[in-house]
Amino acid sequence: MPLPHLPLDAITIGAHADDWPAAITAAGDALVRSGAATSNYTDRMIEVIREFGAYIVIAPGLALAHARPGADVLADGLCVVTLAEPVAFGHPHNDPVSVIVGLAVTGADDHLQFVAELANVFNDPKVIPALAGATTAEFVQSVFGQTVAPE
Amino acid sequence: MKIVVMCGVGLGTSAILKVNAERALDRLDIEASVQATDVAGVRAAAADAQVILTSSELVDAIGKTNADVIVINNYFDVDELVAKLEIALGS
Repeated sequence: MPLPHLPLDAITIGAHADDWPAAITAAGDALVRSGAATSNYTDRMIEVIREFGAYIVIAPGLALAHARPGADVLADGLCVVTLAEPVAFGHPHNDPVSVIVGLAVTGADDHLQFVAELANVFNDPKVIPALAGATTAEFVQSVFGQTVAPE
Repeated sequence: MKIVVMCGVGLGTSAILKVNAERALDRLDIEASVQATDVAGVRAAAADAQVILTSSELVDAIGKTNADVIVINNYFDVDELVAKLEIALGS
């Protein structure tokens, strides 16, 4: 399974967020726009962080917003939000966050290949700074597109 | 050998850690199964595991375990995983 399509309406460049819930909401809004989830999924992504902490900040500057599959996930989906000003999530090593990748999956079992592709993209340490500095949604698309092309 | 990767909900972040832990084990030429789990399932999953990989934020949620708990800061840094697994597994 390749990465789900990353349509332009699932990408927000330079979002303004005062705090981490606002940043996650921007990612949730992008998933709603692209038809991957309903706004209830946004609330559940925020709930995960309230319950377990900022562990979703999995690399310097990057948060992987997600929750479990549920009725509010309409399709497998990916979104990317870059923040105009970085936001602290409360992670001891990886704060502040300037890029949020939002993930919605319909089932837990079949998303591994899809996540492996995501790892392929981000195992290149240049990718997070490149995304943080992106000025167009098309550039963000190309970062995900060119790296998942067959080798 | 068994390695458990843990995140809050058992998918997404833990799946990324699983994929990259397997890459690190490949590089170290160590054979091990890597199982992703969530906070609720970690005690059962780690009962027969040598190592638990997770985020600093989740260490306290593990509770008592005989496995080595390793905190990974950058889930995309396979070099960090290689270095920390090498120390934990003593190879």
